[in-house]
Amino acid sequence: MSETDDSPASESAPAEGAATGEDTPPSASDASTDLTELVEDDPETRAGDDARYAPLEVEGLRKEFGGITAVDDVSFDVEEGTLTGLIGPNGAGKSTTFNLITGMLDPTEGTVRFNGEDITGFQPHEIANRGLARTFQIARELEEMTVLENMMLAPKGQVGESLWRSIMPVTRRSVQEQETEQLDRVWEVLDFFEIDHLADEYAGNLSGGQRKLLEMARALLTDPDVLLLDEPFAGVNPSLEKRLLEHIHELRERGYTFLIVEHDMDLIMNNCERVIVMHQGRILKDGTPEEIKESEEVIEAYLGGEV
Amino acid sequence: MSVSETFVRYRRTLSEEPLAIGVILVALWMVWSLVTGLASGGIQISSLASLVWDGLLRGLIIGLAGIGLSMTYSILNFANFAHGDYLTSGAFAGMGASYLIAGIGENSVGALLLVGAGGSVFGGALGIGVTTAPIAVVLGALVAGVAAIVLALAIDRFVYRPIRDESGIALLITSIGVAFALRYLLQFVYGAGVRGTTAAGSVPRINVPAIDGTFRVTAHDISLIVVAAGLMLGVHLLLQRTKLGKAMRAMSDNEDLARITGIPTEQVIRTTWIVGAGLTGVAGYMFVLWKGTLGFNDGWLLLLLVFAAVILGGIGSIYGAIGGGIIIGLTASVSVIWIPSEFGRAAAFMVMIVILLFKPEGIFSGRTTA
Amino acid sequence: MSTSDLRGRFEGLFERDVTLVLAVLGALYLAYILAGVAFGYGLRGQLNSIANLTFYVGVFGMMALALNLHWGYTGLFNIGIVGFMGIGIYVTALVSKPPVGDGAAQVGGFGLPLFVGVIAGVVIAGLFGLLVALPALRLRADYLAIVTVAFSEIVRFTMMSRTFQTFTVPDTIDLWVVSFDPAADTVGLGGGGGLILNYTNPLEALLRALFLWDPYLGFVSFVEASVIPNNPKPVLDGLLYGVVLIVGVGLFYLLLSRTGKSPFGRVLKAIREDEDVANALGKDTDRFKLTAFVLGAALMGLGGILWYSGRGSITPPSFRPNITFFIWIALIIGGAGSNTGSFLGGAIFAGVLYEGPRYFKNLVETAFELGDAPRNFGEAMAGFASLDPMPFVLYTLDSVSQLRLVIMGVVLIWLMHNRPEGLLGHRKETASSVDLARPGGGGSTGNPAAADGGDER
Repeated sequence: MSETDDSPASESAPAEGAATGEDTPPSASDASTDLTELVEDDPETRAGDDARYAPLEVEGLRKEFGGITAVDDVSFDVEEGTLTGLIGPNGAGKSTTFNLITGMLDPTEGTVRFNGEDITGFQPHEIANRGLARTFQIARELEEMTVLENMMLAPKGQVGESLWRSIMPVTRRSVQEQETEQLDRVWEVLDFFEIDHLADEYAGNLSGGQRKLLEMARALLTDPDVLLLDEPFAGVNPSLEKRLLEHIHELRERGYTFLIVEHDMDLIMNNCERVIVMHQGRILKDGTPEEIKESEEVIEAYLGGEV
Repeated sequence: MSVSETFVRYRRTLSEEPLAIGVILVALWMVWSLVTGLASGGIQISSLASLVWDGLLRGLIIGLAGIGLSMTYSILNFANFAHGDYLTSGAFAGMGASYLIAGIGENSVGALLLVGAGGSVFGGALGIGVTTAPIAVVLGALVAGVAAIVLALAIDRFVYRPIRDESGIALLITSIGVAFALRYLLQFVYGAGVRGTTAAGSVPRINVPAIDGTFRVTAHDISLIVVAAGLMLGVHLLLQRTKLGKAMRAMSDNEDLARITGIPTEQVIRTTWIVGAGLTGVAGYMFVLWKGTLGFNDGWLLLLLVFAAVILGGIGSIYGAIGGGIIIGLTASVSVIWIPSEFGRAAAFMVMIVILLFKPEGIFSGRTTA
Repeated sequence: MSTSDLRGRFEGLFERDVTLVLAVLGALYLAYILAGVAFGYGLRGQLNSIANLTFYVGVFGMMALALNLHWGYTGLFNIGIVGFMGIGIYVTALVSKPPVGDGAAQVGGFGLPLFVGVIAGVVIAGLFGLLVALPALRLRADYLAIVTVAFSEIVRFTMMSRTFQTFTVPDTIDLWVVSFDPAADTVGLGGGGGLILNYTNPLEALLRALFLWDPYLGFVSFVEASVIPNNPKPVLDGLLYGVVLIVGVGLFYLLLSRTGKSPFGRVLKAIREDEDVANALGKDTDRFKLTAFVLGAALMGLGGILWYSGRGSITPPSFRPNITFFIWIALIIGGAGSNTGSFLGGAIFAGVLYEGPRYFKNLVETAFELGDAPRNFGEAMAGFASLDPMPFVLYTLDSVSQLRLVIMGVVLIWLMHNRPEGLLGHRKETASSVDLARPGGGGSTGNPAAADGGDER
């Protein structure tokens, strides 16, 4: 990996997004009420004094597919500015949980709250527009679109998404102006993820790792508060994995919140401050990496009793 | 669940499914107008019986052709728009054979094989019919099946196989090209005219009494039922009792898995074409024998009804295709009680559209493929 | 946008698309003119031939562009095109045909000006697009295909049906406050006999609206006096209608390339590629699909109006699904997803596949003195018995109007095997209203060797 002279730009990029956007994570003032509620409602909240605002709250989530319960009574919350890991063996219900949170699936029971609002059963686009962005397990780039088109697609509130504005002579000017502004930010993010040299490539021509980068960059452009990453490191080589992790840490420091599904246990243990372990559709353990490591039941379930 | 909850849920269904409510209202209206029509004598029971009989036979043809379409749809994963023209091809080849057997010696072989293109020979004059020329009819039906099989295999080899891995949509578009080429080649060879194929006057018939009158049943009606029932039973046994049938069912459920588990996919595909096209060819022949006319457009005109049947029954299900065929046939025939006769086919299409909207997996879903 | 920017874009456009379009059209027209020379056409004949070519290039170009919005951009598999075309022209006829009184043998219309009829036709076609799209858009592509083709057949059955053949309009219509007395007494769809399009000649209506009718008549008499004696008006009408159609194509192109090159078009492309992703990125995909489908359907209605409005009459058999498939073949020749490609596909389809075989036949017949063709395939094959292929050749030539459909089918199969992205190959039309190159930078591509992901495929 070669560091290019783009790095100054790359450092400023996401900071700007996080600091100036209207959709920045809610400040302490409007969080305070939720905070008390949280403490009152949830006796299990660890150490009340360091409880932070939790933009994403999942409660009693349950999903059945024709008699089979894929997700069963799953409750957790994701605190602001943290890196939370969701791990578990294959078929533990992690991806289903993701799909339930992001509206791709409707839960049989339970609620999902985002920034205090009940978003259960909302359409995926409604959820995304509230600031909860996701990536997919198998990178789903838009193959026949260039990297730039992929990126330009993401920002919210594009006036040109109205057909009439885009075709009428006068309003088209404002569309062009907005697109020009948006373009600067797109290039900043491309630089940040160091995929600017691929800008004109068709997304379908990218390597697996580059697709993962593109997907994360694209999700970031929707100006999310919380990013849900579904196995962001699957099929990614070690050097790129390192780079992706650096990006994630850097973004977290700037106030973004992450929930990461992964089945590589070490990766999660070494990078997340909080880990949720799922097994057979249920939450087995929820705690710090140290707590998880010491948990007998996790070792039992995860390693199938090998240790 | 409490009563109020049930009520709320019910109300939600009402508001979320306006189309479903519409369908129910239409059904209620249909029942009402039928009952009042029968009660007042506006609709005669015998004419209703005659419509039902006609719809049933039509439905058997659609169902027979539908089995083939349904099998290729689920196993090869594309909607074959050329399927109707396989049916026409089989019908022409089979009728040519029948003409040849019935009329050899008195007429030129060419004119007979071309099913009297340009008015050179007439089926009526040759006495084509199941009672008047039984051997010609039986062999004709066999030739129809074989011809459709040969055609389908050849087309698969040169057209579909090279792009087997493409998406279902690419294959669908390709099949539109096949349909065009085939249909207008048929027109080129056999001519554009619709010809009469049977000695309609000499087909034995009986009038079956129904309460207030009679309806007519012909020998061709009966032979159609016998052939259709026999072939459907044969397909049932093939799929249930043979190893190949199991492989076909496995493949229609999950092709990748089937391939991994060592099922010879190309062989299964070939069998699919053989069974599907054979049935379609015979269906085409029986159709033409039954209705007594033959034109190059026949299969294409039937195709959408066959699609309707297959979708109704659930793609991949042969019983679904048969059931769907009968429902579609009945709809197209019996609907004239409620709507003008020009809209019989439109009614069948509407049934298909409604099914696609509410239950796209088909009404016999749950047991796909056999 | 700065002037240099504009010039740069203009030059880029010229290098790629304008030249290509001009080259293809030039080749087509040259071939037709040469064929005309071979036939020994006079000026009148040549002009007629050119007008005819222009007509089909125009209509197929327009329809392929409209279909490209559905299929090329949004991935909506619509094979009910001809239904929307039929709705367009039938509504126009219904609205604009002169009214007839009670007991007239013929079906009349409401007698409103032609432009009202055209607008009504486009709007109603769009509304039917909405009617189809509202429930059907969530369907899988192949199901949508079957639903749309069934829809277009239902439209045709309706045109043919006796039920809608004639209606009697009440003498007075009360609408709350207004009450009016329509001049029309009998309107309808005409059934199997179709409708006679006895409204104002559309060309005349257009020219009158532009105050060009009298100058045009002056021009016609000038031509009559100096170039083509003996009633040149039909020839000139044909040519002028061709020009109108080409202007129409230009407007379609402008509208659709603006649609494509915008954030709206970008979302459509994303839906085509992966609807879930577009949805997960916050786009209300249903709304976009609905808008695109309705716009496309309205344009198809307009295309149908422009296609048929100049004819003396319309009959239901003109609206068979074959037309839909012609337009599909045109689009696939040009390459779905590209507006320029769509138009070129339409032009090539019209010039080569649709009209070409007939010209070829005429050419052969002019070049060689040929006898009468056999009446059927049997007689054609009989020649081979005496090793004489001529009857077969003659029969083939005589059947060229059917065989061209065989050729179309084979071409479609060939394209799907060898050039699924169209004859012109993959064409990049970036979905954005502005140039996406790095602002202020020289070109967007950096050094591909640097800073790669480390795991290039």
